[in-house]
Amino acid sequence: MRYLDEFSDPDLARKLLDQIHAATTRPWAMMEVCGGQTHSIIRHGIDQLLPKGVEMIHGPGCPVCVTPLEIIDKALAIAAQPGVIFCSFGDMLRVPGSSQDLFGIKSGGGDVRVVYSPLDALTIARENPDRQVVFFGIGFETTAPANAMTVYQAKRLGVPNFSLLVSHVLVPPAIAAIMESPRCRVQAFLAAGHVCSVMGTGEYPALAEKYRVPIVVTGFEPLDILEGIRRTVVQLEAGRHVLENAYPRAVRDEGNLPAKAMLEDVFEVTDRTWRGIGMIPKSGWRLSAKYRDFDAELRFAVTDIHTEESPLCRSGEVLQGLLKPHECAAFGKQCTPRNPLGATMVSSEGACAAYYAYRRLELVQIR
Amino acid sequence: MTAGLDFENWTCPLPLRDTPQVVMGHGGGGAMSAELVEHLFRPGYGAAGADTELGDSAVVPVGAGRIAFSTDSFVVKPMFFPGGSIGDLAVNGTVNDLAMSGATPLYLSAAFILQEGTPLAEIGRIAEAMGAAAGAAGVRLVTGDTKVVDTGSGDGVYVTTSGVGVVPDGVEIGPRRAAIGDAVLISGAIGVHGVAVMSCREGLEFGTTIASDTAPLHGLVAAMLATGADLHTLRDPTRGGVAAALNEIAHAAGIGVEVVERDLPIPAEVRDACSLLGLDPLQVANEGKLLAFVPADRADEVLAAMRAHRYGSGARRIGTCVPEHPGMVVARTALGGTRVVNLPLGEQLPRIC
Repeated sequence: MRYLDEFSDPDLARKLLDQIHAATTRPWAMMEVCGGQTHSIIRHGIDQLLPKGVEMIHGPGCPVCVTPLEIIDKALAIAAQPGVIFCSFGDMLRVPGSSQDLFGIKSGGGDVRVVYSPLDALTIARENPDRQVVFFGIGFETTAPANAMTVYQAKRLGVPNFSLLVSHVLVPPAIAAIMESPRCRVQAFLAAGHVCSVMGTGEYPALAEKYRVPIVVTGFEPLDILEGIRRTVVQLEAGRHVLENAYPRAVRDEGNLPAKAMLEDVFEVTDRTWRGIGMIPKSGWRLSAKYRDFDAELRFAVTDIHTEESPLCRSGEVLQGLLKPHECAAFGKQCTPRNPLGATMVSSEGACAAYYAYRRLELVQIR
Repeated sequence: MTAGLDFENWTCPLPLRDTPQVVMGHGGGGAMSAELVEHLFRPGYGAAGADTELGDSAVVPVGAGRIAFSTDSFVVKPMFFPGGSIGDLAVNGTVNDLAMSGATPLYLSAAFILQEGTPLAEIGRIAEAMGAAAGAAGVRLVTGDTKVVDTGSGDGVYVTTSGVGVVPDGVEIGPRRAAIGDAVLISGAIGVHGVAVMSCREGLEFGTTIASDTAPLHGLVAAMLATGADLHTLRDPTRGGVAAALNEIAHAAGIGVEVVERDLPIPAEVRDACSLLGLDPLQVANEGKLLAFVPADRADEVLAAMRAHRYGSGARRIGTCVPEHPGMVVARTALGGTRVVNLPLGEQLPRIC
């Protein structure tokens, strides 16, 4: 992974910063869509080094954060059932549902396991034919291909005791929903590089045109992010609004064609509720009719679990860029990583958690 | 079968050779327990466990000075990993806890909780590792205990070691002594042990050439003390990593700690594995490394002494104690920004993407 170092080079970063400072004549507000980018920006202190007027608004691209409370509660209900092995990526274990989290289920005797790939869950299912094995399939277009592959393999290999609790969400409808919001302040987007490495860039030119916003496909290392910001500023200053790909080493225009074919086969577009934001039409994926037998929601009859979110938590406004995490009255008080009210405080990619983790110093000084 | 342990030709009248695994009787305090000690632990410990009387307690000479006393439990999974085993950790962990107060470690106790069904050969390997580690550290294993729990009530082998050592007069090392202006030193590469263990954890096997850095550190501490510098604080940054250790010291001493990211010795393999898993190298566990807080005007001298020692050859200065932000650790990023270095909350959770 030697190439990662080259994309963190401080001297090159300084040059890009100089170019951004030189190009900026007015204040601009741009949104980085992906939580991985938010984490990188805060961790490396990139936002502290930008021109004063250039504001980074942290978008809704953290899969842990936008997974609705209701799905978490369904996961908890399934995981608590005897005979179930509930498999998940690690950072979902601490996301609070209405009453507890998956760690709580585990300590109460539930068989909750951290896996590093959904295919590991399928292996567990084949090794435990008398148990029901469920994988918690959440995330954006990035995690979807592996989940699709797992369900495809489950069907092909005939693994009837495997199922997927699925809550996939899609980036382009979220960008449209943000731009349609009457309080929207976003003037440009850094699009999520890894989403585009799967899906390609075809969905974005129309968005850039319709909402008259520059969209720059951006990577995750410090130099990637600075280059994305530089290109965005240049477009904004010139009054242009087109799609640009600043992450060509990972993103081709057509995306990953085999992955897209798999997604097309296994999933179908559906309306999705986003935690803190609400329902966005046609903003997610569910299993297509052909694979519906592997849908954990149907298998475990949890479709009528409905839950409301904490009224104190303003993560929806944070996710839409209307509020900075520390401007929330609950930030660092009722809401901390140890006792998170909302998912943005849970995942290390969540904007609130990133602020809490890395920015307490200046927040203390401000207060 | 482990070299040095002759399971085939035991002379004990009880047919232990017929049970290659731990059974409940091994913890019963009767003949089988005694046999386990005589034929497994004693040969495994070798010279480090020789001449120990099997009384209810060990009686040992300590000489002049104050006694340092420490205890630690080991539940590592997997029990064997590149560069070591739970046995090495159980000895070196307690040896190092003693060394961090400036003590010369002398004697250890070792208590085992074994799960029924665990292969005796594995326990033999662990005992041998403990004997070798104790020999290398110059400490003796003088007392111990073994209990057995039912299948399903434990997980292989749990080891608890306690140790005593002697702190020479005039040596005062502790977390509260860290002072504004102190240089913060580390004895070598960060995150190596944690990545070595993770690399062979079930479901996460990834290829790496990295091996655990477990090692006894009291020799290194002695070399540092021999410079005559007033060592304020020492800490081995094990669980929770450098981040937890620095935060605990900042909190205890009521000072701020500033570290410079560029100066952190993080090997490429550790950085890559952490990038892959979404972990912060500063929060990854270390063994065989220590952090030292020393007066800045003696820092170069102490560093030179550390570098001359086999367990300190990669020693570097990574930061400074500052009056700002008391109780908080702040890193200056390579790009020139700053970030707070946090006390890890609980378990490290690999990120989703």
